[in-house]
Amino acid sequence: MSNVKVNELTFQAATVNGSGSQSANMVLTRAIFSMGIPVAPKNVFPSNIEGLPTWYQLRITPEGYMARKGDPDVLVALNPATWANDLKTVRPGGAVIHEEAYSTADARDDVTYYPVPFAKLAKTRIASDTLRKQLTNMLYVGLVGGLLGIPRDRLEHGVQRVFQTKPKAWQVNLDAVNVGYDFWEENFRDRPCGFRLEPVKGKVDGLVLVEGNQAAALGALMGGVTVAAWYPITPSSSLCENLIAYADRFRVDPKTGERLISVVQAEDELAALGMAIGAGWAGARAMTSTSGPGISLMAEFSGLAYYAEIPVVIFDIQRVGPSTGLPTRTMQGDVSFAYSLSHGDTRHLVLLPGNVEECYEFARTAFDLADRFQAPVFVLSDLDLGMNLWMTSKFKYPEADFDRGKVLSAEQIEKLQGDWGRYRDVDGDGITYRTLPGTEHPLAGYFTRGSGHDENARYTESAEAYARNMDRLARKLEGARSALPQPILDEPGSEVGLIAFGSTDAAIAEARAVLSESGMRTDYLRLRALPISKAVGEFVARHERVYVVEQNRDGQVYDLVRLELAPDQVGKLRSIRYYDGQPIPAEAITRPLMELEAVPA
Amino acid sequence: MAATLNRIGLARDAYKGAATTMCAGCGHNSITNHLIKALYELGVEPQRLAKMSGIGCSSKTPAYFVEQAHGFNGVHGRMPALTTGAQLADRRLIMLGVSGDGDTVSIGLGQFSATADVGSVQKKGAVNTFQPIDPCAVALTLGCSFVARSFSGDGKQLVPLIKAAIAHRGMALLDVISPCVTFNDHDGSTKSYSWVKEHDEEIHDVSFIPFFEEIAVDYAPGTAVSVEMHDGSHLLLKKLGEEYDPTDRMQAMHLVEDSRAKGQLLTGLLYIDESSPDFATTEHIPAERPLRDLGEQELRLSRADFDTFMDEFA
Repeated sequence: MSNVKVNELTFQAATVNGSGSQSANMVLTRAIFSMGIPVAPKNVFPSNIEGLPTWYQLRITPEGYMARKGDPDVLVALNPATWANDLKTVRPGGAVIHEEAYSTADARDDVTYYPVPFAKLAKTRIASDTLRKQLTNMLYVGLVGGLLGIPRDRLEHGVQRVFQTKPKAWQVNLDAVNVGYDFWEENFRDRPCGFRLEPVKGKVDGLVLVEGNQAAALGALMGGVTVAAWYPITPSSSLCENLIAYADRFRVDPKTGERLISVVQAEDELAALGMAIGAGWAGARAMTSTSGPGISLMAEFSGLAYYAEIPVVIFDIQRVGPSTGLPTRTMQGDVSFAYSLSHGDTRHLVLLPGNVEECYEFARTAFDLADRFQAPVFVLSDLDLGMNLWMTSKFKYPEADFDRGKVLSAEQIEKLQGDWGRYRDVDGDGITYRTLPGTEHPLAGYFTRGSGHDENARYTESAEAYARNMDRLARKLEGARSALPQPILDEPGSEVGLIAFGSTDAAIAEARAVLSESGMRTDYLRLRALPISKAVGEFVARHERVYVVEQNRDGQVYDLVRLELAPDQVGKLRSIRYYDGQPIPAEAITRPLMELEAVPA
Repeated sequence: MAATLNRIGLARDAYKGAATTMCAGCGHNSITNHLIKALYELGVEPQRLAKMSGIGCSSKTPAYFVEQAHGFNGVHGRMPALTTGAQLADRRLIMLGVSGDGDTVSIGLGQFSATADVGSVQKKGAVNTFQPIDPCAVALTLGCSFVARSFSGDGKQLVPLIKAAIAHRGMALLDVISPCVTFNDHDGSTKSYSWVKEHDEEIHDVSFIPFFEEIAVDYAPGTAVSVEMHDGSHLLLKKLGEEYDPTDRMQAMHLVEDSRAKGQLLTGLLYIDESSPDFATTEHIPAERPLRDLGEQELRLSRADFDTFMDEFA
């Protein structure tokens, strides 16, 4: 057949959550990745344990694009509840594997159907009663393998990879995969499909597949976290769950059982951040991890850590708000809230990882920054970045030692003859010296408080002392601008600039390539931290029109950037927003850009 | 005349703090003085102490004792969270949290506290209709391994209980009734000085013998219970009335409920379990090296482990 697309398709499985379909999807993903083909998985799952619709999308492109693409080319339809709608989403020329019992009476004629008696096959060909439901999903692994030409040995690899720690599960899963594969060969060998997968070389060499929350957990471990207090909430839970798993392996003395970390599930998010702040105050590298409603609950304690100047790292794996919102969907909606979290004048240090490697790097360096600036550091990931698998280079082993910041020892206090004050700006950078409880010197102690305090940490309601302190805090934040991860610039030369951050980066990369192909060059600045670097204003100054692309309704970062610009620059800034809870596709950038940039006829 | 020094060579003055800003006659000042006495007599190293609190009158008091020690005045009602985290960071610290009606259990400046009894009358005349929270009952329910109640005006009982609470390994809750002289010292209140004095029923006569002192007190057999504490100190509880076993949690819960029904304010050691491990122990964190002192060598994966681990994502 002519016009067969090789290694370029979007696959989608429409199933019911809690049925074990995620294992089947992972087997397919691992099998295809092991053929040297770039993969971009997106899991769309409901806020539910079992029984509601779930979709798994696997995007395959020669370029290795990792953004979501709306509609599938190949559909596996195993959910009667969504069947009619799922079918509508398939692109013309697509392939549809479906339970044969589903009606195709008023079906489209521009797709190819592959009806499969899944229920019957499961009943007659899967021996295990207890595993039948789960293994039914493995049938479609074999069917898709046949359809797209995935070698059986790759599927076997996929099974072994997914059930890495359960070799007993290999054979039974592989048997089910082969039932599906055999069925395809017996029935559909002559029914052509417009898509095929072929092994390639040089596309994914050295790459691994990692979830952002796995990366962040490893980063925290490498950053030296010793106290983590948390309260479970989707989509952040897997961060601390991974941290516990990795700590069990790498932070426990097998002989004594001694653990070099404490991970505590607190009674709620307030207590979780309180524990982390208490630990940070006493000198541990401490963190919490949360999302949505949890970050709202942490507002009061965030203000305390800001004002009393206590190091702590707060991971916010953003989900759709406001309120409970869509707990299992993604958004970049907490940026402006996290940046100023607390009542009163408050500005925090916020890191914006744009890929899983940065989830690792920023998680690690967040602890250095928190210690150095004696402040909370927010790491804003999101559900898309945190819970989906992403192709990435292997992470780098850190070369630098921990930066523990300005902490005075008993010897140093002795040398100063006790003449020190917790909030005295000795160095002029707004960052003062602290001591830890337990420091063996009679003059090491001081009183930490969230109420008004002077340079010597004494309670005061003095107008002058309050204003001096707030000015110093502002100075400290100014210094952070250049110390935080600076923007990544890519300027081939254009009068059009794009600004984006976080997981939007994947869609930007694709959008820029697509635009470039159609003759429109764009420059790009990827923001990686708040407060905003001076480089952003300079970037805007170098361009005629600058589009801030983000995944929220209100253009939160667009607003923050505007505040940084000189008045004559503000008019250059435009806003592209995407906020339906799904990861932004490239099309959501190219379409408005082309429209806005089109020269009126 | 030279001041008397305690076992670590410090005078009582070393345990003092800033001048109090409490109202004249406030029970909190008495508690502060009892704390100073207990800490001085125990010979607690000021640098080992961390004074924790939240918001409210009682939460201000850590500024009024042991000036040398680190103190932390946090946010409303969340002293326990801050304390838990700090203890994990350095398990050698003695965490002393002070929290009151204006903090952990409630808030207010003359309004009803959550500990107010049903029927208690507010200064302006309102009558409380809500059931009270009893911190001791809550602590017993949640498995706290040291639960005691005392009265700010009874130093003879409170000082040994404070010492025992500090000697106790793990969480100790000491509920000290401290009448508010400004807002809650009128007729009709069940927390006024006169009411508390009239209704205070001591379960036993408490004395504390620290590990560094010989036990010199002698009681006739059957008249006192001696509890040996984890650090070798002893708590001697001399019988005053009925037989009471403070290691029996069910009996403690019964006693708390029973005394409430009778309108008594029962004071003394309600419950103790010296076999219970502290939080740091159940967390298996090192006994000698605090978590906060660990460095790159101990906390990072080795290069070999890191490489192996990364390969597993392939």
